Order: sequence, then structure tokens, then C-alpha cells
Amino acid sequence: MQTPGLVDSALALLVRDLKLGYRRLGELANPLVFFLVVATLFPLATSPEKELLMEIGPGIVWVAALLSSVLALDTLYRSDMDDGTLEQMALSPQPLAWLLLIKTIAHWLVSGLPLVILAPLVAQAFFLPADAMPAMVASLALGTPTLSLIGSIGAALTAGLRRGGALVAMLVLPLSMPILIFGARATDLAMDGLDVTGPLNLLAAIMFLALSLGPIAAAAAIRVSLD
Amino acid sequence: MKFTESSFKGRNLTLWRGDRCLFQNLGFTLGNSEWMHVMGGNGSGKTTLLRVLCGLSMAESGDILWNDRRIDRSRFDYHSSMIYMGHLEGLKGDMNPEENLRFHYQLRDKQAGERIEMAIERMGLQRCRTLSCRYLSAGQRRRAALARFLVSQATLWILDEPFANLDVKGRELVEEIVSEHLEKGGMAILAAHHDMQISSGTEVPVELS
Repeated sequence: MQTPGLVDSALALLVRDLKLGYRRLGELANPLVFFLVVATLFPLATSPEKELLMEIGPGIVWVAALLSSVLALDTLYRSDMDDGTLEQMALSPQPLAWLLLIKTIAHWLVSGLPLVILAPLVAQAFFLPADAMPAMVASLALGTPTLSLIGSIGAALTAGLRRGGALVAMLVLPLSMPILIFGARATDLAMDGLDVTGPLNLLAAIMFLALSLGPIAAAAAIRVSLD
Repeated sequence: MKFTESSFKGRNLTLWRGDRCLFQNLGFTLGNSEWMHVMGGNGSGKTTLLRVLCGLSMAESGDILWNDRRIDRSRFDYHSSMIYMGHLEGLKGDMNPEENLRFHYQLRDKQAGERIEMAIERMGLQRCRTLSCRYLSAGQRRRAALARFLVSQATLWILDEPFANLDVKGRELVEEIVSEHLEKGGMAILAAHHDMQISSGTEVPVELS
């Protein structure tokens, strides 16, 4: 018997999760539609004036992205937990933290990446100037993986509960605040024509921190949930 | 193929659930060609004991040793040599039995390829191999999960109520493949509240009350 290496197992799991995602496209589309709807609610509730929308635009895009990523978390471990495949993964010779990291990456590819791609569209509706667009996309590209990684810990902790939805939000949202602050700040600075490397570097630093420690915490949480 | 000499031991295992003691100072030794029959009525803790033996749950005290090393210290060795099936089949509803089986072994064994074909045939799943598991009957799902054991080259098999949802032929098939496994020097732990006709190997009964 020859145990597959880390790369082989990662590819297999990535392909599986993307395939399953493709077979459940409707479920994946929900958080994206939610993102668009939340973002359009703000002009309706405040006022459609250009100056105001420009002012609050970056913040709204970020809050909507954050809420949509929390909403998407429920699909991360729930189905694997319910049908027992997560239990089988925990009993495989592969390191659980590694498998969960790959699952989180697959989850980001189907829930976070589409947000990054859709965001310019929403930003356009908020009259965001074209030269601030790259900064906003970059901040989302660096921030949404972190949201998925932090969310993965919350989802792992609540995977064993029947109704974990609201609890995940309460666990994850406070931890996501730094990302929200630096993410929205980067776009703000770009709109004023200032240098954005500061907040972007910080976002990248947080992402690498979450990348290195998040899966370990998630694996410990999953083991508790499986007990 | 013969299995190399291995041993699986439990020492002083104790577990409480709430104010109820499921087992106390439970000890056992399992060697090649031996199988443990975990007996007990509903709610006596059979499933919990099996999950503890897998390493999914933790006992309050006591050690579980695979080849004289604690399983929580040698997870890779232990999990490379065992295979488990619980109440949940571990099948994705959106994938067919073959895809499920392939994925299971993509994490475990590179050379499982041709054995998968054989396992599907022997479990009688040829007709539903391209159907999503969601559309299979409970018995067929059970067979799809059991096909993993035919592909496996793990020494220790842990099966929780393997007969659930199976027809008479399915039951005989399970008894047959477990017997074959024991003949080759494998070990098995079976939880069932009824008799089993395992034709080879030595039975090690464990009664939970």
C-alpha cells in the first residue's frame, strides 16, 4: 500500500469539492445574489445622491462582502459532516489540517473569488472612480481568503450543531473587523489618490497569518465537533 | 496477500456519558485473525466504544495501542492500517458509488485503481455505478460503503452494525468478506446485537450492559 502524498491528496480533494460545487450551482449562487441585494439596499435606504454614495460605497461593498462570506460558511463543512465524509477524512492518513485548508481554498474559489469579480460591478453603481478600482479589487482579493480562513474555524466549531448559522456569524464577525477596516481603508485612500500599500500589506500579513494558523485551529475544532 | 503481525490493545478504558458509565476498565487484546464482537442492546454504547477505538472520540481514561504505540501518538500509522464504517456511510449524495470509492482511496492508497472495479462488481453495484448515491436505496448505499472494505488493504476493520439495511444475500456477503479478511490474518471489530456466522478466525466477545 502506497499512501498518496500531500499534493496528490490536495488535488483529489480540490477536484472533488469543485465538482460537487458545480453540481449544486444554485446553492453557490445564493451568497452572490445576497451580496448584490445587500449592496443595492443601501442607496434605497439612504439617498441616491452621487456624493453620499461615493462616500459610503467602499464601506458598503466590504460589509456586503463580509456578510455574504459569512452566509456562505454554512456550506463549508455542513454537508460533509452530515453524510459522514468528514469523519472518513479525519480517519485518513492525511493530516486533517491540510485537508481542511484545501477545502477552505475550494470554498473560497466558489464563494470568495466570484465576489472579487462582481465587486467592480457593484462599485460602479456607487460611482467609484475607475482609478480606485484596482485598489478595491486588490483589497478584496487579499481580504476574502482571510474571511474564508477565519470563517473556517467558526464553521468547524459549529459543524456538530444542528443550527449553527447565527452562532457562526457571532463568532466570526468580531474577528473579521481588522480585515473590514483595512479593506475599506485601502479603497478610501485610493479614492483620495493616496498610497495604498500600507493597508494592502497589512491585509496580506493577516492573510498569511490566517493561512498558517487557521487550518490547525479548524482541525482541532473539527475533532471536537466529531467527538 | 498475508497481513504482517500486528496487535491492537485497549487498557483500562473508561467512558462516562452524563451520569451514566458506558464502560469501565475495559481491556482487550486483538491479534492477527481475531475479531472482536461488541454486543449489547440499544443504547449500551456500542457505537461510542467503536468511535473511541477509531480515535474519533476520546475515552476519559485508558490507552488504545496499535502495535504497542498509543493511537493518538501514531495517527499516521494507525489510520493507514484501519478502516471504519459507522452509521453514516460517508458517501456524497451528488457523486456515484464509483466516484465516492475513488475519492476515498485518493486519500489513502495510490494503487487501489483496479481493485475498485472488482469491488463494485462483487458488491453487486454494476447497475447503479453511474447513479448519484442520492438516488440509491438504503441497502444499495450500504453496499457502496462496504465496497471500501473490499478495496482496502488495511489490517484492522471496524464495522458498526454492518448488517443494517442489508438483504439476506448482503448479510451473507458481509460475513463472507469478513471471514476472508480474517483468513488472511486481518483483524475485525464488529458491533452487532445479533449472532454472526464468521467462519474463520477467533471471536473475542465484549459485552456492554
